[in-house]
Amino acid sequence: MEQQAHNIVRVTEVTKSFKMGTQTIQALKGVDLTIRAGEYLSIMGPSGSGKSTLFNMIGGLDKPSTGKVFIDEVDIAQLDAYELAWLRNRKIGYIFQTFNLIQVMTALENVTLPMIFAGMNNDEATEKGLELLGLVGLRERHAHRPQELSGGQQQRVAIARSLANTPAIILADEPTGNLDLTTGEEIISLLQLLSQERGVTVISATHDYKMLSVSDRVVWIRDGRIDKIESRDQLNISVGTIASKDA
Amino acid sequence: MDVSRQVVLPFRKSFEISVKSLQVRFFRSLITVASLVLAVAFLSFILIGGDMATGMLQSGQPELRSALLKAGYDVNPMPVEKSAAPLETVGASAKERWIVILSLLVCTVGIVNAQLMAVTERFREIGTMKCLGALDSFVLRLFLLEAGMQGLAGSAIGALAGILIGVLAGLLRFGFDAVIWLPVGDLGLSFLIAIGVGVALSVLGVVYPAIVAARMRPIEAMRTQE
Repeated sequence: MEQQAHNIVRVTEVTKSFKMGTQTIQALKGVDLTIRAGEYLSIMGPSGSGKSTLFNMIGGLDKPSTGKVFIDEVDIAQLDAYELAWLRNRKIGYIFQTFNLIQVMTALENVTLPMIFAGMNNDEATEKGLELLGLVGLRERHAHRPQELSGGQQQRVAIARSLANTPAIILADEPTGNLDLTTGEEIISLLQLLSQERGVTVISATHDYKMLSVSDRVVWIRDGRIDKIESRDQLNISVGTIASKDA
Repeated sequence: MDVSRQVVLPFRKSFEISVKSLQVRFFRSLITVASLVLAVAFLSFILIGGDMATGMLQSGQPELRSALLKAGYDVNPMPVEKSAAPLETVGASAKERWIVILSLLVCTVGIVNAQLMAVTERFREIGTMKCLGALDSFVLRLFLLEAGMQGLAGSAIGALAGILIGVLAGLLRFGFDAVIWLPVGDLGLSFLIAIGVGVALSVLGVVYPAIVAARMRPIEAMRTQE
């Protein structure tokens, strides 16, 4: 794969404003960002900074007021509903703060659902689903419903689901936000493993400082603008536990 | 975009998902269906009452005819064209018809309300499905399927209950004469009509909530508050 070479996401001069009653709030005030394929990128920022808005834009979940967002050099504003669904199904895997597993389905069914949407037949999907559950260490629990799994286990199922159609990008919105410290660390190292071994681009919005040590780059958002972008060697925040685990 | 890269949801799979969803949310479904069961029971009760009275009239027994008149039935003489003996029918009174229509209307409004609630409860789930690549039509189909199944089960129960109560009421009022002259064909037809109306109302009631659900933006799945 010629990953390192190409830009998987390109954001140019993006602004976004919302109408709140009579007021217009500008959540993003002109953001330029290029994300390389295979990169592990964290978007950090306090709540209300425009972090989530930018994140949603990158994920094709929201459209900018002005400016352009390209995913794999395709302007997402040009896509129709059908192509957007295809993009979400094949190109992007989503991981949510609240896990968002479908409660009425078992772990395996949750993982296979995107494959069914992608037109894969049942046997193939089941096989791949089990394999992915194995990857996150939950193969034995494939028949359990989400409410029978712990938070960390649910998030691992969600990670397996995000990998269903071998996407190029994994978007993780506060993936550790609802988890305790140790479980959060497990999820972070799992994401890191995926990005290293599978070459998936991981983009996460977070304010969890544990995320920093595994990130290739960290984008700091403040007040609707990019405050600074730091690469891993520029980061000098001590995150002892994780760093020692990785070593 | 080439054809092999379609986004699909086979019908069998959507059926499976709907069934599962109904099973898991069984109690919720019961509430949605309750008003339908009652309205359809009332409809089939009225229909079966009409069938019984018509059967008794057409039996040609004068004492049954007078019993019906005494009980307050309106006897309409049927236009005599082909048959030699004048056949009479019992028409549902205008008042009765209106009450049935009104009850069906109220029931439909109840279904719309219950389904809108269900959609709200499932915002997160629908948003997630859309993030996974579901098209609007998948969501629409799931809701219509669920409503169809709820309608079928609810109407069947309602229609059976209505017939049972109708027959019991007839027995109490007119004795065995009510059942003896009851034409089986008419009974079956009334049953089918009641079920048909029930399924139609159930599906009709879910159309608007389902459209609301289908149009939901996937970004809703990202919202953290319940």
